[in-house]
Amino acid sequence: MKVPSGRAGSIERMQKFSIFSLVANAFSGHAHWKPFWRDPAPKERYDAIIVGGGGHGLATAYYLAKNHGIRNVAVLEKGWIGGGNTGRNTTIVRSNYLWNESGALYEHALKLWEGLDQDLNINLMFSQRGVLNLAHNLGDVREGRRRVEANRLNGIDGEWLTPEQVKAFCPIVDISPGARYPVMGATLQRRGGTARHDTVAWGYARAADALGVDIIQNCEVNGIIRENGRVTGVRTTRGTIRADKVGIVAAGHSSVLAAMADVRLPIQSHPLQALVSEPMKPIHPCVLMSNAVHVYVSQSDKGELVIGAGIDAYNSYSQRGSFHVIEHQMAALIELFPIFSRVRLMRTWAGIVDVCPDASPIIAKMPVRGLYLNGGWGTGGFKATPGSGWVFAHTIANDAPHPLNAAYSLERFTTGALIDEHGAAAVAH
Amino acid sequence: MLNIRCPWCGPRDEIEFSYGGQAHVPYPGDPATLTDAEWAQYVFMRDNPKGVFLERWMHAHGCRRWFNAARHTVTHEIYGTYKPGEKPPERPA
Repeated sequence: MKVPSGRAGSIERMQKFSIFSLVANAFSGHAHWKPFWRDPAPKERYDAIIVGGGGHGLATAYYLAKNHGIRNVAVLEKGWIGGGNTGRNTTIVRSNYLWNESGALYEHALKLWEGLDQDLNINLMFSQRGVLNLAHNLGDVREGRRRVEANRLNGIDGEWLTPEQVKAFCPIVDISPGARYPVMGATLQRRGGTARHDTVAWGYARAADALGVDIIQNCEVNGIIRENGRVTGVRTTRGTIRADKVGIVAAGHSSVLAAMADVRLPIQSHPLQALVSEPMKPIHPCVLMSNAVHVYVSQSDKGELVIGAGIDAYNSYSQRGSFHVIEHQMAALIELFPIFSRVRLMRTWAGIVDVCPDASPIIAKMPVRGLYLNGGWGTGGFKATPGSGWVFAHTIANDAPHPLNAAYSLERFTTGALIDEHGAAAVAH
Repeated sequence: MLNIRCPWCGPRDEIEFSYGGQAHVPYPGDPATLTDAEWAQYVFMRDNPKGVFLERWMHAHGCRRWFNAARHTVTHEIYGTYKPGEKPPERPA
C-alpha cells in the first residue's frame, strides 16, 4: 500500500490552531480568526469535481490534494457544509465488522481517526470510550463471539464480556435475568467511540481549502455532461463546470446523480431518524448498541443522550420519518435503561440514507469513463469518513481502485461477490 | 405516519402494512437464458426516483393481500392504490 509521507502536502495557508494562537487571539478580542474556508466562485474547469460536500466528499478532496498532489479540485455542495448526513448521524466510530473486506476498510479509517486531530489541526473531540454490542439471546452470543474472533484475526481489537463485566463497564445497563431482553454478554471494542460529527466536515473543508481545493456551496448539480462516452463536466445551478473526472459522493441522492449519467444502482433511499435528549450530568460512559432490540445510544460531551432509531421501510427523500419508528425506539431504550424513563427529548430529525442490498458501500469506477461513485453507505457511513475519502481519492487519481476498495465494485452485484454485512455488522440495517 | 388506502379494506394506518419495494418487476419469462448481468438487473437493480414511485405494499395486519401504490418520495403524497393486475393511476405531471 502506498502511504505518502505525513507532511507531503503541508497545509501552508491555514491559520494554525494551538494554545498560542488561542492566547494571541484572546488578547485581540477574537477579532482576527480567519474563516475556515474561502467562498470562491466556480472556475470554468477543474482537474476533478467532487459532487457532495459531506464528510466523505471533503475527505476525498483533501486526500486528492494531500496524497496525490491533485489540488485543482472543486467540491460542489447543493446546501451548506455539514447540513447533510454528516451533521445528522449519531457520531459513532468503530471497526468491528465481520468480513475481511469490511474489517480492512473500517480499520484503516479507525487508524486515520486516531491521528486525525493532528493531521487536520482541529479538535474533533474524538473519544475512544469503547463500543459495546449487547447479546440478548443465544444467536446474538454466537454471532458476537464469532465476530470478536474474526476481528482479532484481522488485527482489530475486540473482547467478549460477561454480563457482570458489561455491568462494570456500563453500570446503568439492566442485566437482571428478569429483564424483557436479558443481557447475556457483549462484545467490546475499546478503540471505538465517538467524534464531533460536524467538526469532521469543517476540519476536512478547512484543510482541503488550504491545499487549494475550491469548496462551492449552494451549488446543486442537475446534469452530468458526457461527450464520446466519457464525462466532461457537470451542469449546476451556478453554471457549467468542466472536468474530466467527476466523483459522486452524494449519500441519499446517489441514485439521482448516477441516473444523470444513465447508471442504474442497486441502491434504495430511506429516511433514518435520530434524536437527542435534554443535557444531563455524565451518566453513560460508552457507546452502547443492541442489535436484537435495535438501540444505539451514547452521551455527548454536552450531556445529551444521542440515540439512533431505525430506518423507515419506504423509499423517501424527505429528511423526515414516521413517529411510530421513534416510539418503537424509545420503548426499546427504556427496556434496556429503566433509568432513562423520565428523560425528555429535545430534537428528532432524519437523514436520507442510501442502502445497498448487502449493506456495504460502492466505492468504484462507474461504467461511464471518468465517472466515479462513493455511495451506498446506508446507515453507517460516518465512522468510515477518513478511510472512505482516502481510498476514493486513490481511485479517482489512479483511475483504479485502492486494494482496500477493490471489492466494493458495482460489478459485485453481477458476479455475486457480495460483502454481506446485513446482520454481520454488529447492528441491524 | 402514512395513511394508506388498502384496495380491499379502505384507509388504514401505515403500521398495519409492510413494504415491498418497487412494483412491476416481473420474474424473468425465460430464466434459463438470462446472463449474469440480466440476473443482476432483476435481483438487485431498482429504480430509486426522487418523485412518483410505483411500489408494493402488503396489508400485513389486515387482509394480508398485496397491492400497489403510486407515492411521491419527497412529499409522501399517495396518488392512488390499485390491485395487482390493474393499471396505475394517472401520474400527475
